[in-house]
Amino acid sequence: MSGWRREREARDARIEAGRSHAEGKVVAADKVVDLLEAILRPGDRVCLEGDNQKQADCLARGLSQCDPSRVHDLHMVQSGIVLPEHLDIFEQGIAKRLDYSYSGPQGGRIARMLYGGQIELGAVHTYLELFARYFVDLTPNVALIAGVSADRDGNLYTGPNTEDTPTVVEATAFKNGVVVAQVNEIVDRVPRVDIPGDRVDFVVEADKPFYVEPLFTRDPAAMTETQILMAMMAIKGIYAEYGIRRLNHGIGFGTAAIELLLPTYAERLGLKGEIATHWALNPHPTLIPAIESGWVKQVHCFGSEVGMDRYIRERSDIFFTGADGSLRSNRAFCQTAGLYACDLFIGSTLQIDLTGHSSTVTQNRVAGFGGAPNMGSDPHGRRHPSDTWMKAGREAQVTGDPALMRGRKLVVQIVETFGDGLVPTFVERLDALELAKKIGLELAPVMVYADDVTHIVTEEGIANLLLCRTADEREQAIRGVAGYTEIGRGRDRAMVERLRQRGIVRRPEDLGIEPLDADRSLLAAKSIKDLVHWSGGLYEPPAKFRNW
Amino acid sequence: MEKLSFRHTTSRALPGAKAQAITGVVASGNLEVLLERTLPPTECTVEIETPIRGYGEVWEAVVADFVARAEPGGLRITINDGGARPDTVSLRLLQGARLMEV
Repeated sequence: MSGWRREREARDARIEAGRSHAEGKVVAADKVVDLLEAILRPGDRVCLEGDNQKQADCLARGLSQCDPSRVHDLHMVQSGIVLPEHLDIFEQGIAKRLDYSYSGPQGGRIARMLYGGQIELGAVHTYLELFARYFVDLTPNVALIAGVSADRDGNLYTGPNTEDTPTVVEATAFKNGVVVAQVNEIVDRVPRVDIPGDRVDFVVEADKPFYVEPLFTRDPAAMTETQILMAMMAIKGIYAEYGIRRLNHGIGFGTAAIELLLPTYAERLGLKGEIATHWALNPHPTLIPAIESGWVKQVHCFGSEVGMDRYIRERSDIFFTGADGSLRSNRAFCQTAGLYACDLFIGSTLQIDLTGHSSTVTQNRVAGFGGAPNMGSDPHGRRHPSDTWMKAGREAQVTGDPALMRGRKLVVQIVETFGDGLVPTFVERLDALELAKKIGLELAPVMVYADDVTHIVTEEGIANLLLCRTADEREQAIRGVAGYTEIGRGRDRAMVERLRQRGIVRRPEDLGIEPLDADRSLLAAKSIKDLVHWSGGLYEPPAKFRNW
Repeated sequence: MEKLSFRHTTSRALPGAKAQAITGVVASGNLEVLLERTLPPTECTVEIETPIRGYGEVWEAVVADFVARAEPGGLRITINDGGARPDTVSLRLLQGARLMEV
């Protein structure tokens, strides 16, 4: 029944064609283009590993140098659009269609290309959703992945940034796809086997180490009093109030400020051990003081962070590490952890509308969403209680039999009312809707839907949307914390005062916080150098953050 | 450069005796606030020089809220703006008032 093994035969033919450019599985860096032209077919679905951080950059350069008459109309299915080459291939006609999750560094260019019709966009996914589709309808024909080292049999060591690799390989290798790994070096024996060799078809020794994006480092020196004030309100008004132990933080300065206030402000409030003990989080350098002060019990990571490797090795009580001692991260598992095992997600966004929908898509930038729509959603499949989850469930409007009440995940947006260049965060209508219309998207790219958001924290106060009972209350609660934006100035002052009396809108003074106490002296570390000191010299910040 | 000027009446003079204070710096996204106790006890003026045009209404709202909150009677306040966000302006004004109260 050869008719049932066509994919397998096609795979074997691709590998056979590739072998002429390899010695066994090993391919020299200068043969990458030949290899890719041999194994790729027009219209292939290709995952070019672009994670949140780790980049298969050598393979990306190789792909962008392929002859478009041989390699064309590819359908790229990758989580991150990070490197220029990820978009160059669309201009060159090598790639045509795109399904992805995150495009932070390329947000401006991808917006222009979407408007210009150079990219046929499938959808902007959340990570877990894109990974899920790898196993259903977006299974890659070819995966181009990155690791630290490999042996000649293809056993792969990913290093601390394992990130998406196991998921990508699982979907490709077990469904008749071809897996090509770039590694920094070929060794006799890898420190640990992250991907077994029989799932890797070719190993390219890259011309230089793969690029890693230091995405999670926030310099305490750049933290403002406004961000500190917001962090104080979040700690006292949300973390303490709901007793949040299991949580995930976004990557903004507001949440980094919370991390730096745990050993100082939160400690003075007597919250140690009561909040922020178990995390689904990248190894944020700003979490070091909290870890060193004994606040943190455990952290599972999506990926690693540049400079944190030695520190993590020496703190294996806190982090997940392999037999070799280094961090083992895994984006799919950590996203699952964030979805089902965390009681709170708190992150930032670029725009929030009057009902609480939010998006990072603006007219000029399509930054993608990464994990936020997943982390920032209430998982309806959850079936285990926690005090936090149940309290939030009780606050939300209960309909029907209270004995059948489910809890609620806390989804908090922490934003300054104005962004860079005095651009208001609060808007009547999300730019995402305009973008959807302009490029013909069936589904507007919303990051966190209004019905998932439970709280909005700004420098003006906290809006508790769980407690709102009507659409009007909800709108005024949002206006009530929107500061001096047009949305904020358009509030019904009397109604906002009534919401305040019901605890739906809370000002700093309602929480016993004096805004003038929001001072940089509260930060456990005031600079990257302080973080290095906290870590006992184990944290090795990248050059761009070493300003001493 | 845009120049704005606001005049308010307060129900009291700002407590304290300090004659002058300065807070903040003229840097991008920041501002410098000079406060001088030179006016009659229930008057307050705020003069602003800002590089960003077209935010008159926001300044007016920020200043009005500050006056209502701090009751800074007697102060002549001069702001040298570096494109600060309204919340930063608000914070600096309150910091300035606190400095004058000692």
